[in-house]
Amino acid sequence: MATAVMTTLDPNSRSAARGMSDLTIRNLFIIPTIVFLIVFNIFPLLYSLGYSFTDFRASSPAPANFVGLQNYRELLNDPFIWSNFAITAKYVIVSVVGQVIVGFGVALLLNRDIPLKGLLTTLLLLPMMLSMAVVGLFWKLLYDPSWGVINYALGLGNFEWLSNPDMALYAVAITDIWMWSPFVMLLSLAGLSAVPKHLYEAAAIDRAGSFYTFFRITLPLVAPILMIAIIFRTMEAFKTFDLAYILTSQPTTEVISIRLYKMAFQEWQTGRSCALAYIVLIMVLAITNIYVKYLNKVKER
Amino acid sequence: MAHIQLKNISKSFGNHTALTGLNLDIADGEFFVLLGETGAGKTTTLRMIAGLEKPTEGQVFIDGVDVADWGAAERDVALVLQQYSLYPRYTVRENLEFPLKPKIRRLPDAEIKDRVARAAKTLRIEHLLDRKTDRLSGGEMQRVSIGRAIVRKPRVFLMDEPLSALDAKLREALRTELKNLQIQLGATFLFVTHDQIEAMSMGDKVGVLNHGRIVQTGTPHEIYNNPRDTYVASFVGSPPMNLIDGRLINNRAVMAPMNFELPLSGGAKGFGGAKTGAATEGRPLVFGIRPEDVYLESGAPVEARVHDVENHGVEKILTLRVGDTTLRATVSARTDVAIEQSVRFAWNADKVVLFDKGSGVSLRHAS
Repeated sequence: MATAVMTTLDPNSRSAARGMSDLTIRNLFIIPTIVFLIVFNIFPLLYSLGYSFTDFRASSPAPANFVGLQNYRELLNDPFIWSNFAITAKYVIVSVVGQVIVGFGVALLLNRDIPLKGLLTTLLLLPMMLSMAVVGLFWKLLYDPSWGVINYALGLGNFEWLSNPDMALYAVAITDIWMWSPFVMLLSLAGLSAVPKHLYEAAAIDRAGSFYTFFRITLPLVAPILMIAIIFRTMEAFKTFDLAYILTSQPTTEVISIRLYKMAFQEWQTGRSCALAYIVLIMVLAITNIYVKYLNKVKER
Repeated sequence: MAHIQLKNISKSFGNHTALTGLNLDIADGEFFVLLGETGAGKTTTLRMIAGLEKPTEGQVFIDGVDVADWGAAERDVALVLQQYSLYPRYTVRENLEFPLKPKIRRLPDAEIKDRVARAAKTLRIEHLLDRKTDRLSGGEMQRVSIGRAIVRKPRVFLMDEPLSALDAKLREALRTELKNLQIQLGATFLFVTHDQIEAMSMGDKVGVLNHGRIVQTGTPHEIYNNPRDTYVASFVGSPPMNLIDGRLINNRAVMAPMNFELPLSGGAKGFGGAKTGAATEGRPLVFGIRPEDVYLESGAPVEARVHDVENHGVEKILTLRVGDTTLRATVSARTDVAIEQSVRFAWNADKVVLFDKGSGVSLRHAS
């Protein structure tokens, strides 16, 4: 079937002269990727599934013993793990909602004829291009209570952003919002510019106000692509590690991936951390599935 | 219901001038058709009345009030576009309700229901009300977008080639429906089209637009029988008016390139008016004659060969060749002619329109 859709090779091309068929060329492109995926993704995934049923510790030479579902049972009954999940959920909600509001808002502002629009858009996209670690380090400086720019600019005196346990998670979320709102903005902008202009004109003629037009025309038409942005950002936020790890080490900011990291590489509970990783994976899959279901519903409408 | 006036409107987009010195006067309750080729500035005119575009110069008056600072909503017009612009994802009913539901002017529910039902009945789309708009055919979509215009009782209906995306049968049906609708509502309609048949059949008045200027305004009858210049003459009518170069000598039209003559009794005075009469003799002119006023007769003065025959069922359109120039004649379908057959023709001399060769303006319109 795959060969049926392929076009035949131009008999005069260089590839043909070298005696390569369509199939050879296709394989040349695809096989390296597949090998890479299997070695670095699929294999570790399955291997860690095996470990999740053992009491294996990577730090000790002792052989792994099969313990069945014990790791899963203990993890799901551990109140500390649940509090990690609660922190993660709070973080995901704050940061994704923030990104959607800021990103979509900026996209609305950019979606009109303004001078230097291209340059402005490019500049706004910069935070997204930075490395997480760099962003973390920079914001640590910005948040500094005694000489940080943020306290200076907002006139907050010595307000402690990162060492205040109630504030630290929000500080991390704000940084994440700063970094990833451009992503939501970019997708929203694509969605907004795809709304036909004549619909807005028709709405203006129909004497619809700007709010009415926004909620009845703009939002429904941008919803599918906005949903995609939300799916991506939720998955990413759920897995957040570097930003939170670099910025602060409060117990109130111990999101699930930090707990996982500590379990695996500080406490060396390899088997148990594999089980936790699987629990996280299943949760992310479940959430994504709910979103995708909803996305399809939005698209159908 | 409203009276619309455009005074000395000019509009340019960057270097491109779309309209120059446009004057229009559309009476209350009139079905006015703006006719012109693609790019003549018809849509721009419409959008300026709707308030979607601002004129570079000149004023728009609705009921005698200058509406320069009014937005589209305040002007209270309805606009039906060629590309339908139905709101996607909504049903037909929701589309029809849309203009009635904004909070500021929200009508009572019973009233909304009543108006939607009435519009649906008028346009015969009652059975489609609960269907999503992307499941409609082209004709149904266009009806819905007309419906969205009529639920609101606007002061003016603006229609931008609403029928040109439809197939011929449907176009004919909707043409009649629209005209009836206008009579029924007694509303002012401004209808833009490039199709001269639509203009002729629907308009109370027709304005011919060419390169951003109004060339002629008048009833379809005037436009057809007494075109202001050769542009209108060749644009309106299908097949268009025959335009033949020649001179008027001793009450006879002498066609220079074709070397044939036709009688034109009554002389120049009848055609050019008293003022131009004297100057008409012998000067280069263009003789305009509608194909239906050219007839075949055995004793007629000019001999020609049949170049082409187009059978339209009710009539035949013949292309006649005299020398190396051609002209069209509409004859009854029963006329038996074959290509390359030799025939003799004459014209209905009362119907001839004389144009000045240089300016192209009809002598009757020249001042």
